[in-house]
Amino acid sequence: MDRMKQLLPSLAVLALLIAAWWMVVVKTGSVIFPTPWQVLVGTIELIRDGTLWAHIGASLFRVAAGFLLAVAVAVPLGLWMGWVKGAFTTLNPIFQMLRPISPIAWIPIAILWFGIGNASPIYLIFISSVFPMIVQTTAGVHTIEERYLWAAGNFGVSRYTLFRRVVIPAVLPQIIVGMRIGLGVAWLVVVAAEMIALRSGLGYLIIDSRNAGNRYDLVVAGMIIIGLIGLLLDGMMRLLEGLKSVRWKYAR
Amino acid sequence: MPAKIEGRDIVKAYATDLGELRVLDGVSLTVGDGELVAIVGPSGCGKSTLLNILGGFDRPDSGRVAVNGVTQSKPSAKGILISQRGSVFPWLTVQQNLMFGLNGHPREQKAALADRYAAMVGLKGFEASYPHELSGGMLKRAELARALVVKPDILYMDEPFSALDALTNLRMRNELLRILSEERHTVVLVTHDVEEAIHVADRIIVLSARPTKIQSVFDVPFTHPRALASPAVQALKVSILGELGVDGDFE
Repeated sequence: MDRMKQLLPSLAVLALLIAAWWMVVVKTGSVIFPTPWQVLVGTIELIRDGTLWAHIGASLFRVAAGFLLAVAVAVPLGLWMGWVKGAFTTLNPIFQMLRPISPIAWIPIAILWFGIGNASPIYLIFISSVFPMIVQTTAGVHTIEERYLWAAGNFGVSRYTLFRRVVIPAVLPQIIVGMRIGLGVAWLVVVAAEMIALRSGLGYLIIDSRNAGNRYDLVVAGMIIIGLIGLLLDGMMRLLEGLKSVRWKYAR
Repeated sequence: MPAKIEGRDIVKAYATDLGELRVLDGVSLTVGDGELVAIVGPSGCGKSTLLNILGGFDRPDSGRVAVNGVTQSKPSAKGILISQRGSVFPWLTVQQNLMFGLNGHPREQKAALADRYAAMVGLKGFEASYPHELSGGMLKRAELARALVVKPDILYMDEPFSALDALTNLRMRNELLRILSEERHTVVLVTHDVEEAIHVADRIIVLSARPTKIQSVFDVPFTHPRALASPAVQALKVSILGELGVDGDFE
């Protein structure tokens, strides 16, 4: 009930924006730009002929593949860089230089290396989400409070136990923050990546709708669906932040 | 009483912007087996530094510390440190925290031991709680239980109760005394609270201001439970405060 109350102002603003959009389109008599109603009709058309699910499925598959690959690389690498000073001083400058390069800039190289199949967008997603997760994980190790390491040392536990019971759980909240950022970036990039030459995915849907007869109702429908799925993915990552063993870090 | 901890001529200095700051200037002390020794002194005199050196958490520049006659150079699970800020792992439940230091037992036995000590410090029913769900006093109990469950020879306590409110502080002192009457441990307690020292300690060591030496040592001859309002206790308090440079006319 309280949550509904919190949502109410957002929904009201949203309704206002849609109303304004509708009014402007009607007033200006635009032939190309769709009204909200036309977008809805277009969306239903996509659902009916089944192409919407295929596009969503294709995009989600690429994001999942690139993102999980990035997690598998970033978490161990970040832990290592956080724990071993030499690894940090060696690799950090290189990563800091690679990090600001926009994933869009990687597109030509991705095509050269991986062609125009699924591998290209997966690579682009990987490259864009791996760095924020490395940075967060490394920072997580660096900010472990010393008193916990002291206490662990006091009890004389093995290195394995120290890592499994202290270092990893202490960093986990930061890893989850990194994953949230990473997944957000991944979803952002998949659409851009699919605008090159693939024949499926939400990015392709948008470009194809414009190219094949100025179907701007489908362009806008695609954009809204991307936004909604992005919201959903972020919500899923937020569920992870609610886990009891990590909540200590976010509370208060 | 055989000597448990023996510190000889402990010297420690820190490098600062203004040059070398000598903190401990030749401190020698002996703590007997099963004895509770409180260390008090003016703030900044190096009480914590001394405690860390006694426990092997820090190294002296010169001098040596022996525990059971063996020179101590690094921390061990035989001597557990309990600090003011606490170090109960926030990502583990109370039970998991208590099981942390238990190596070499089978799992069920660890859980049973953990639960027994949780009950001993009055945390029965909170075994599955996470630290952020506990109050400050309960957190201290958990920390105490985690130290006790590994059956250490020595507890090094660095202002363990000073972050607690007055009432909880008093409760925790009584709790500590009750536990020590059940399981005898050697305890070195650093505190700035003279009354707390008189309440729990067998002997009180008063340190001087920097460069720190031992200024005086008081035996606390009263039996437990101690009546803190009694004239004898008050007189002892006045003499210790006098050593610390505070006049006794505080009442």
